[in-house]
Parts: sequence; C-alpha cells; structure tokens
Amino acid sequence: MNYKLGTLAVAGLMAASPVMADLVFPSLSYRTGPYAAGGIPFADGYADYFTLLNERDGGIGGEPLQVPECETAYNTEKGVECYESLKGSGGLVYQPLSTGITYQLIPKVTVDNIPMLTSGLGRTSAKNGNVFSHIFNFPANYWDGASVAIKHILEEEGGDLSGKKVSLIYHNSAYGKEPIRTLQELSKKHGFELTEVPVDHPGQEQKSQWLQIRRDKPDYVIMYGWGVMNQVAVQEAVNIRFPMDKFIGIWWSGSENDVLSAGAGANGYKALTFHNVGSDYPLYDDLQQYVFDAGMAAGAGDQAGTVVYNRGLYAAMLVAEAAKTAQEIHGTAQITPAQMRDGMEALAITEEKMAALGLPGFGPEFAVSCENHGGNGFVAVTQWDASTKEWSLITDFMQSDQDVIQPLIDEDSNSYASENNIDPQCE
Amino acid sequence: MPEQLAYTIEVFLNGLMAGVLYALVALGFVLIYKASGIFNYAQGVMALFAAMTLVGIQNGQVPFAHLINAIFGTDVHGFGWSVHSFVAILLTVVVMIGLAWAVQRFVFRHLVGQEPIILFMATIGLAYFLEGVADLMWGSELKSLDVCAAQGVCLPQGMNSWIDETTFNLFGYGFFIDNLDIVASIVAAILVIGLVMFAQYTKQGRAMRAVADDHQAALSVGVSLNFIWILVWSLAGFVALVAGIMWGAKSGVQFSLSLIALKALPVLMLGGFTSIPGAIVGGLIIGVGEKLFEFLIGAPFLGGATENWFAYMLALLFLVFRPQGLFGERIIERV
Repeated sequence: MNYKLGTLAVAGLMAASPVMADLVFPSLSYRTGPYAAGGIPFADGYADYFTLLNERDGGIGGEPLQVPECETAYNTEKGVECYESLKGSGGLVYQPLSTGITYQLIPKVTVDNIPMLTSGLGRTSAKNGNVFSHIFNFPANYWDGASVAIKHILEEEGGDLSGKKVSLIYHNSAYGKEPIRTLQELSKKHGFELTEVPVDHPGQEQKSQWLQIRRDKPDYVIMYGWGVMNQVAVQEAVNIRFPMDKFIGIWWSGSENDVLSAGAGANGYKALTFHNVGSDYPLYDDLQQYVFDAGMAAGAGDQAGTVVYNRGLYAAMLVAEAAKTAQEIHGTAQITPAQMRDGMEALAITEEKMAALGLPGFGPEFAVSCENHGGNGFVAVTQWDASTKEWSLITDFMQSDQDVIQPLIDEDSNSYASENNIDPQCE
Repeated sequence: MPEQLAYTIEVFLNGLMAGVLYALVALGFVLIYKASGIFNYAQGVMALFAAMTLVGIQNGQVPFAHLINAIFGTDVHGFGWSVHSFVAILLTVVVMIGLAWAVQRFVFRHLVGQEPIILFMATIGLAYFLEGVADLMWGSELKSLDVCAAQGVCLPQGMNSWIDETTFNLFGYGFFIDNLDIVASIVAAILVIGLVMFAQYTKQGRAMRAVADDHQAALSVGVSLNFIWILVWSLAGFVALVAGIMWGAKSGVQFSLSLIALKALPVLMLGGFTSIPGAIVGGLIIGVGEKLFEFLIGAPFLGGATENWFAYMLALLFLVFRPQGLFGERIIERV
C-alpha cells in the first residue's frame, strides 16, 4: 500500500513539475482581481513569445522552454507564495508585474541567487547593480519616466517652465509615490510648481482629486496610475474639460484599456513608453504562423498588438536574449539561475539585434553592466487617437536627465546598502 | 461670492452626488438584510456580475466562450449581433432573477435556522464563486458600457454646461456637476420611491415586510418564505444592476467594480442596516462628509487621499452615539 502511495506521489510530482532540463521562465500573472485588465495582456504576450520560440526555434539553444503561470491577483502575499511555490521549478528569472511584490522579493531572490527583471516598475534605485546584485530594471524606470515627461513638457513650452504648474496624480502606494522625489528635484531645477494629488486604491472615485485639479488649473497633469484608477482619471479629466494633450500618463497608464471607455473625449491623451506600439513588425508574422494560426495563443488570444501585450512580448524577448547571452558566456545550453544572472548583466540590445528578432525600432538600444542594471533611461511619448483607436509614437526615445536621476539613485541605493550591510559587488 | 465659499459649495454638491452613488450600492445590502437578516457580502460582486452580463448581452458575446473553446476546440466568441440596451437590461434582470432563485435553492434553503455568522460566511463564499463564474462567463477584460435609449442618446457624461454657465453668471465661478451624477440621482430617487411603493402598496411588498418583522408570524399566516427570499434577492439583483450601470459607465466594467461594496459599508453603519431611507441619508452624509473633509483638511494639511478612512471614521463616530445607525431599529434583548 505504502509502495503504491509512494509511486502515486512520485508520478504526481513528475506530472506537476516541469522537466528540470527545460529552461523555465515562470510567469507571476494576474488574470483575476481588480487589475486583471492590465495583467491579462502582459501574461499573454509573455507566454506567446516563448511559445513562438518553442515552435519556431525549438526553444533557446536547443532547450525547450516552459512558462509555468501562477496567479497573484496583484496581491503581494500571493505573489510571494507564487515565488516560493515556483522556486523548485528551476525558474531562471522572475518578472513580477507589481511593485509591491518586487519589494518583497528583492531580498529573497538575492539570497536564492535568482535574477529578477522589473522593467519599468519596482524599486528604481535597483538600477545600481553594485548594491542590487540580482535585480535588473532595464531599459527604463519610474524616475526616467518622470524626467522624460518633464523633458517633453519643456519641449512643448519652448524650454522654459518657470511659473508653470504641474500636478502629479498618483496611485497612493509604493508605486505611485516613486516619482515624487524626482519631480521635486526637477521642479527646483526648472522652476515649475509641483502639486501632488494622491488617489487611494482602487481609485474608483476621484471626484475630490479632479475638483482640486480644476481649482488649481495646472498647465500639465502627470499620472502614475494603474488599473481602474486610469480609466476613471481619464474620464474625470474629460469631464472637467482638461486639455488631453497636456495630460501625460506613465506607461502603466497608457494602454487601450485606459482610454477606450472615455470614448472620443480621450483623444490626444499622452503616455510614456519604453517600447514601441502596434503590430506592424515582422515578429507578428511569425506569431501569426506559429502561435495564433496554430491555436496556441495564450488566454483568449485577443490581446495581440495591444500596448501591454507588446510589453509582455518585449519582457519575454529581453530575458530570452539574456538567456542566450548566458548560454554563450557559460558554454552550456542548460543554464542555471545564477548563470542567467550573468547573462542579464552582460546583455546588450542593439538595433541590429532587434531587427534580426523581427522587432526593428521597437525599443531603445542599451547595454547592461555590473554597475548599471537599468540601461540608459530612454523613453518616448505616445499619443492616443480616439478616431482610429490607436496609439502612436510622437517622439523619439529621449534620455532622461541623468544629472538629476543618478545622484538620487546613488543616494537611495547606498542608503539601502548601509541598512542591509551590503558590500559593493562590482570590482 | 468669495472664492473659498464657492469652492466649498461645489464640493458639497459633488459630495451629495457621490453619496447617491454610494447609497445605490447600500440599498442592495439593506433589502436583503431587512428581509432575511443576512449581511450579503456578495452585493458588490452582484453589481459586477450584473454589469458584465449586461455588456455581454449587449455585445452579443457567447457566455463561457473561452471554456467552450478550450473543451471543444472551437473558436466561438460572439453571436454576431448586438442587442438594444433596453432589451439587454430586461434580459439581465431575468438572469439576476435566475441567480436569486439559484442562490435561494442551492445555498440558503439549506441554511435556514443557522447562526447569522454562518449565513454571512456563505455570502463570502458566494461572492468568490460568483466572481469566478463572471470571469468564466464573460472574461476578465475591461469592457466599455454604453447604455443608450436610441442611436446617440446614451447615458450622459461630462460637466453640465447649464449649471456651469448659470453659476458662473451668478457667483463668478462655474460649478462642476457631472451629468452622469445627475442622472444617477434621478434614477436613485425613482428607485427608492418605487421600492417604498412596492413595500407599502403591493401584496408581495406587504408580505416582504411581514417576513422582515417576524418570520414565524409571517409563516403562520401563509406567507411563503421561499418566495419572499427569492423576491428580495431579485430586487437586490436589480439594485445591483442599477449600481453596476452607474459605476460601470464611469470606469468601464471590470473586476474592481466589486470593490464599490467598500463604499457602502460606512453608509450602512451610519444609516442602519434595515432602513431604505437610512441608506439614502447615510450615503449623502458620508458623501458630503468625506468630500468636505478632504477639501478643508485632508488635501491642505494631511497630504490628501483621506476619503476612504474618513468615511469609516465618520460612521464609527455615529455608531458611538447610535449603535443601530441613524434609522436602524433599536433592538433590546432581555435575558
């Protein structure tokens, strides 16, 4: 009896766990809960890219790929549980699409020697690889976003912001508060008046905040929102007749979901991005052939080409390229998480590489190093056209103000290092 | 008029409007609690479910399409037609009545005579179950909600220009009032009058009140508890649909819609769990209170975002002096 039970248990484990020889890219997704509308397209894009690599290329370096999903519902506790439960699968890199989960996982992944990629989210000062050895946030972070928003406003205003008013409406959470320090520094540098307007989770009711904005009459509004907060904010901006071309969202406030429900009123709304938009790329031809037509699309298969789906594709592409780099460095196809970390630290994304991957002009060029885990901070601005229901890139990728951001990164990361007794890891 | 006074009046009026929206959610709680003593944790999810069903029917979406496709390898998503808002609302009401029957038949009929905490736990289970069913049935994507009486005649959104211009001419400052909030206030008024008339002047309404007063006595005079509870859950489902439409029109229909229930709790604490007028008055007090506090104290001195906690603090303050709420029934149990 015991023998039978043991056999059953082993069989169950074998069925449930990924084969250890495969390269595993766990997906901490959220397809349910209040933030599902953003979580679904990202998870679909992430999964579809790896499906494409499996079907077209036979994986990476001949190794098949697995993408086990764990539902976090954007809940930090569940996200940590997912990480712990998937850790045994040999996951090479984690990408929690949540700043809260990121903060909880930073010490854990460091101890476990597993890299984590938090593109455009998480702890901004993790860019300092000297302190955050296992955290990467290339190609851009929240502070880059804030800086490029102001840079864009400067361009719009002929280079002078003195006497101008800028309001920041933000999700009242660790994520939403990230840009405050940067914007405060930038307001000192450029002489604009900054007003901070917090919105509590989930942001379903924002009447007070938008009445305040209506009274303050800011020249520009910058938004750091997520989930329902975005849709309500865009609608309320339309309601108070705030000019939409002076309303700029961070990339988490710049998807189709955020503007469609406001209809024609949302026309002209702007958002920052660290990757391009649309589906006019050769990669999509391959996705059509190997994934969509083959009936292997993730989820309902209806998210292709959307902004957040593209972000999921891009996130998968970046770690896939890092895995290839790791395989080259260590001369083995069956890399470990520690080797994957080395690959991420040596990653260089060039235009030639992106073109070869079927994504020409899709994102900025950047190179990662031991000291710089965050890339070069290139961000572009997109704008919503309500008549065609499409986003389009209206600027080139611009570099953030490194003179302001780098000292802030050094200050914050060094403070983290001294609190946690972390020695510099780069020679 | 001094600028600060004009701002305060504007905030006050918007607080009233927000309060009406909170009261719309609270009404559903009151209906069920009054008739059956059940605190229905699932009321917010019912609003979500109703709104998702409405949009799904309007857009001709095939329910459980993802599941059907996964099992049978098909590729069906929509029927290829769209349904007029009025018809879609009627069909959604039918679905909500069906849900009320199912809840009564499969859950609460088996829990008759159980402790209130057991019934409450059952509604927590119901909330999560219903959320999962809504996800499977209609998908988790955000959906736009357009309720239109005719082509181009839809729920209005945006600033009311007449109020803006009139107040500007009178006070030198144009007040912002959202057209959708005005419609919501009218709908809420009609809803409350309708519910009160139903309870006062119809046979079923009187039976409902009898059950609310004393189950045993109502049973002894031939009132069917089963029917009344299905009726009450159906009415709560209808109220949830109205709340789902008003809130969904603002933000699109998505899973966070279920969290509007959090806005109803302080309203219930303040207005009492058993009073329909209490839900309205409670909603208005909470709406005005939280908006004025945010404007006068929260934003200038406390960094803003005070509304969520202030609503509960205000309700707690009322509870200290009137534990049964403003309009709740005072129950004294002799032992």
